[in-house]
Amino acid sequence: MKLIANNIVKRFGNHLVLKKINFEIETGMALAIVGHNGSGKTTLIKILANLIAPSRGSVEYRLSGGTRVPRERIFEHIGLVGPYLQLYQELSAQENLDFFARMRGLKNHRERIRDLMQIMGLQGREHDAVKTYSSGMQQRLKYVSALLHQPEVLLVDEPSSNLDEQGVETVYQLLKEQKQRGILIIATNDKQDLFLADHIIQVKPV
Amino acid sequence: MREAWLIFVKDIRQEFKTRYAVNAILLFAIVTLSAVSFAIGTFSAGLEILAALFWIILFFSSMSGLSHIFIREEEAQTADTLKLVARPLHIYLGKFLFNLLLLFVLEIILIPLFMGLMNFAVANLWLFILIVGIGSFGLAGGGTIVAAIISKASTKGALFTVLAFPILLPVLITGISATKTVTQAAAIAEVQGELQALFAYGVVIITAGILLFDYVWNE
Amino acid sequence: MITKIAKFLLWLAFALVLVGAFFWAPLKEGLGPYTRVLYFHVPVAWMSVVFFLIAAYYSVMYLRKKEIIYDAYAKISNEMGILFAILATVTGSIWAKMIWHSFWNWDPRETSIFILLLIYGAYFSLRAALEQEDRRARLAAVYSLLAFVTVPFFIFIVPRIYFSLHPDPVINAQGKVNMEARQRIVFFSSLITQTIFFLWVFSIRLKQARVKYRLRELNESKLFEE
Repeated sequence: MKLIANNIVKRFGNHLVLKKINFEIETGMALAIVGHNGSGKTTLIKILANLIAPSRGSVEYRLSGGTRVPRERIFEHIGLVGPYLQLYQELSAQENLDFFARMRGLKNHRERIRDLMQIMGLQGREHDAVKTYSSGMQQRLKYVSALLHQPEVLLVDEPSSNLDEQGVETVYQLLKEQKQRGILIIATNDKQDLFLADHIIQVKPV
Repeated sequence: MREAWLIFVKDIRQEFKTRYAVNAILLFAIVTLSAVSFAIGTFSAGLEILAALFWIILFFSSMSGLSHIFIREEEAQTADTLKLVARPLHIYLGKFLFNLLLLFVLEIILIPLFMGLMNFAVANLWLFILIVGIGSFGLAGGGTIVAAIISKASTKGALFTVLAFPILLPVLITGISATKTVTQAAAIAEVQGELQALFAYGVVIITAGILLFDYVWNE
Repeated sequence: MITKIAKFLLWLAFALVLVGAFFWAPLKEGLGPYTRVLYFHVPVAWMSVVFFLIAAYYSVMYLRKKEIIYDAYAKISNEMGILFAILATVTGSIWAKMIWHSFWNWDPRETSIFILLLIYGAYFSLRAALEQEDRRARLAAVYSLLAFVTVPFFIFIVPRIYFSLHPDPVINAQGKVNMEARQRIVFFSSLITQTIFFLWVFSIRLKQARVKYRLRELNESKLFEE
């Protein structure tokens, strides 16, 4: 899998946020996007995740054969963790995860859910409503839902937010595995997170 | 279509736990109905006027409930989560089914209540139900796409009614006309034109919704 | 040079229409001096529909090309449209009051223009509620098109429902124009002149929009060079 950013420009009205972002990244690589708050990190992540369209330029996902993934199917290959992505609060964790798994057409998702919940230390709480989870637990649950389908590309906005030391360690382990198996992209202000990446992009306000 | 069904079921589950939209829509209908009944009091309103009143109550009650399905996703910040697991087409269909069900629930309660409280009699009950049923497809179809549009705006409540009213007006006009006829005539032939118009509208608005939803949903 | 001549001819035509309307064409029996509203009310109502169609066209163009200039065009079309819809409603109502002694009656024509007003009003309410430029452009375009598909339904169902007070017998009994020669001349001249005139004003506004966005583009390319 290859992820190519082609001259990405993003403008919100008269305000230019991203000015010609270019990079190419493949399986086995990790990219860190750094910058102050408001510099455009989140905008870039959202563009890479196909949640927002760039004003100019494009994002390309290319499978190993070279074929390009059509825009409307990009979501099948990615997982995203971010503060702006919430889970359904009134439903239980199990109901949330079942829903995501079924939507993605996963087989044997029950096992996979159980394993991931265990790794993230959430076993036993599958049937509790998500709104009863603490913010740390919700963050961990977000990782579970993002990794359910073993995405080739994992995007994480603020990997360590809301997590205690134990949580951060578990997450780092998961992220390292993701990097070996696929592509990892993180957006962060935390210098601690940077060891994960081999490439760094700095986004500055225009 | 499996995915649309999954979304539909998920929405029902959520609704079951919060009962927000159902409460809003039913309470509005009951309050309005009571107000109308009280205002008319002991006088008897002509059947034609009652036909119009029924549709007005139906319309404005749906205005208080049909937008919930999208506003909830935006406010809870689950819209992007949904975007990452589903295609726009399935999202539109799933939400449309939810709104359709919501309308049917409203109608099951409103029709007997209205007929009982207002002494509203029709020559052919099944025909009346058919008219309302087909009209509901149009209301749900148009309501769903407009709900998607306003969910991305900053001032949501009143905007929904302002935008939905012109779009749904054909259903209102045709529905009222057909209902007026049904108070007197029992034959389906009498309202054939209106039924066809309602059906055609349903098809057109749902198709337009499916085609345009991509543009609303994808940023 | 040619544009100068064209502009002069346009002004001349307009002046002639005004003179013709107020002094030259005879008054219709029964309507008296109110006949004159005809020369101004019909073209204005017609323009409101024309701009509605133009707006739908630019909405489609925006959704296809995603270039902000098309959204600017669509917005300007809708602005012209609502202006004319208001003018049509007001002139129509005044006429209605004079002839039928009632400002508003919900006859099919009145109902249709009212619905058009509602659609335009909704369009601008939507625009006002959206702050982000591309979101606003996109959703406004979608709404324009949604309104556009419902219009055929209005054309068919509204006349079936209500009776008509509208002076069809005077103008359109069997689709024929029941006006005397002079009236006909003034009427059609007015229609054509006003159409040309307002489309010309429209094109100026479009030019204005083009300049504004071109300027922005240039400023932005400067930013890239830094």
